[in-house]
Amino acid sequence: MAMTTETDGTAKAGTPKISLKSVFKVFGERPEKALELYRSGKSKAEVHAETGNSIGVLDASFDVYPGEIFVIMGLSGSGKSTLLRLLNRLIDPTSGSIAIDGEDITRMSRRELIELRRRDISMVFQSFALLPNRTVLNNAAFGLEVAGMGDAERHRKARAALEAVGLAGYADSRPDQLSGGMKQRVGLARALASEPTILLMDEAFSALDPLIRTEMQDELVRLQSEHSRTIVFVSHDLDEAMRIGDRICIMQDGAVIQVGTPDEIVMNPANDYIRSFFRNVDVSQVFKAGDVARQTQVTIIERQGVSAAAALERMKNYDRDYAIILGRDKTYHGMVSQASLIEKVRARDADPYRSAFIRDVEAIPADEPLSNVLGRVASSPWPVPVVDQRNRYVGSISKSALLETLDRAG
Amino acid sequence: MDFEIGSGVDKAVNYVLDNYSPALDVIATAIGFVTSGILNLLSAIPMPVGIAIFVVLSLWRVGFGFALFTGLALWLVQHMGLWAATMETLALVIASTFLAMIIGLPLGIAMARKDTVAAAVRPVLDLMQTMPAFVYLIPAAMFFGLGAVPGTIATVIFAMPPVVRLTNLGIRQVHGEFIEAGQAFGCTPSQLLFKVQLPNALPSIMAGINQTIMLSLSMVVIASMIGAGGIGNTVLTGIQRLDVGTGFEGGLAVVILAVILDRITQSLGKEGVGLRRFLVWKPAESKVPQPRTATSS
Repeated sequence: MAMTTETDGTAKAGTPKISLKSVFKVFGERPEKALELYRSGKSKAEVHAETGNSIGVLDASFDVYPGEIFVIMGLSGSGKSTLLRLLNRLIDPTSGSIAIDGEDITRMSRRELIELRRRDISMVFQSFALLPNRTVLNNAAFGLEVAGMGDAERHRKARAALEAVGLAGYADSRPDQLSGGMKQRVGLARALASEPTILLMDEAFSALDPLIRTEMQDELVRLQSEHSRTIVFVSHDLDEAMRIGDRICIMQDGAVIQVGTPDEIVMNPANDYIRSFFRNVDVSQVFKAGDVARQTQVTIIERQGVSAAAALERMKNYDRDYAIILGRDKTYHGMVSQASLIEKVRARDADPYRSAFIRDVEAIPADEPLSNVLGRVASSPWPVPVVDQRNRYVGSISKSALLETLDRAG
Repeated sequence: MDFEIGSGVDKAVNYVLDNYSPALDVIATAIGFVTSGILNLLSAIPMPVGIAIFVVLSLWRVGFGFALFTGLALWLVQHMGLWAATMETLALVIASTFLAMIIGLPLGIAMARKDTVAAAVRPVLDLMQTMPAFVYLIPAAMFFGLGAVPGTIATVIFAMPPVVRLTNLGIRQVHGEFIEAGQAFGCTPSQLLFKVQLPNALPSIMAGINQTIMLSLSMVVIASMIGAGGIGNTVLTGIQRLDVGTGFEGGLAVVILAVILDRITQSLGKEGVGLRRFLVWKPAESKVPQPRTATSS
């Protein structure tokens, strides 16, 4: 089966922006003691029973690369929000190192940390956390104001950020006059105004209704395409993770279970816990047409002077009603049915393939999400051909192949 | 075991009196300065202007009906011949509330920031609130003699707890995500306090100030027993002479002042933006055309 892995190659290029090495967070009175017990081989539950401490994040190690949307995914209580807050030290880790641009933030002083938060990292919250006593503009300018930027300059930057999220006309409104989606746009503008290199998003769209949520996801991807930042996005919604994530990190009970591209995770889930997520996920959002296309159809290479009779013979041998006609360089030319080809050959047509092409067949681009082509494949009497960006034939999607793919979800 | 708490307190008071009288004088001078300053200011305002100010305040902050009540009620006070006494009482209330806020707001903030401070201050507040109000009058009079100064001090002690408690409560109740947002965007602890915690705790703090004003008013009347003056004197005279009419007149003036102060101060804390709207009323009105000029540039 063909797989699109282009996200893989680009995302992993270069040095990591954020790098976690064996990070633990223990909540409670005597964290060192609990950590010692855990390292001596006791389980999380045993440590809790013995010391009353709970381990929130358990030996997390992963890298986040510049410019990627890295989604941390897990059920509630899996430690994903705690993990996110370790990245700007709203919560201090118990042990391990967290490097941002190569610098270990766990060793930073309070002062350096404040500078880091003002300059490099901003955050978007689940319940927006807009200050109700401030106007939209002053909310958006909050980070800059705290950093000591002058009135004129910070208002200019905040207005630019509001414009970027489509709220230019609401600068003087108050947060309680806005809808949920608009509030989160303000939250996003506030985070973008200081032009950070890292954006932390804590279930940022979870409080929004599904339609607005999708819209905000698209908005985020659009903003990312205009100006690339490193985004760490926490979500409990696998659909959301699959939709926007370049890579996904799946957490369970405080531990990182799997890190990979959406494809990798769908194709090779690390355990049953991850597999269980897919019962509810819409696979058609995850797969692209190219992932499902198979080379099971008869392909005929169009050559001048070679009789179509040989082609017909092959179709009969393979017992196929349809064949794909390709150029020498594998470019897709068209599709013929056995009946129409026989007719043209008998009529001694000068160019039997061209005149036998089925008119309604339109090739699907390989990177088209499966959800967009479901209807066309289902209503088509023949397998639908799929081509790559250079119009080369990738394979075709038959109804049975489609059903088989969708069945994996169940 | 047998020991006398009462004689111990006596000894302590005498010790302070013997050894710290210069310090007491400084306190008395400072408080006297505040109290007499406010009193002079209020008594300099002619009665009709005073009534007009209250009516306008009521009309603006509360509404037409209440403005009508304010006008009639104050006219009644004037008619009973208690206008000057009422202004004197108001001056004492304002001075006491002012001092209670100066001490109470920082104390409340300190309680909110440190649990140990909160644990230490809470029993003191309980004591201040539950100790019968008259008990404060004795040491106040001993330390500072008779008059408006000891009256103000006794009033401050009695009336301060609500503003301390509600400042503490208000700051502690600020939603955790606001605090996280403040920290995540790089607030220093003092920026967090002034830009995030205090603005969001404002409704609660205003409720505390309102309660402090009400308690001040009730205590100021009692403090007339040590010569604080004001409407309390009228009430006291009524009691001493068993003159029901005079007592009732004084009582009525207190009630009228209480209702007016309560409604007006409540309207300030009704919503988070109440005080802000009160302070920047004019610019808020000219807001509408602003975005257009700004976006076109």
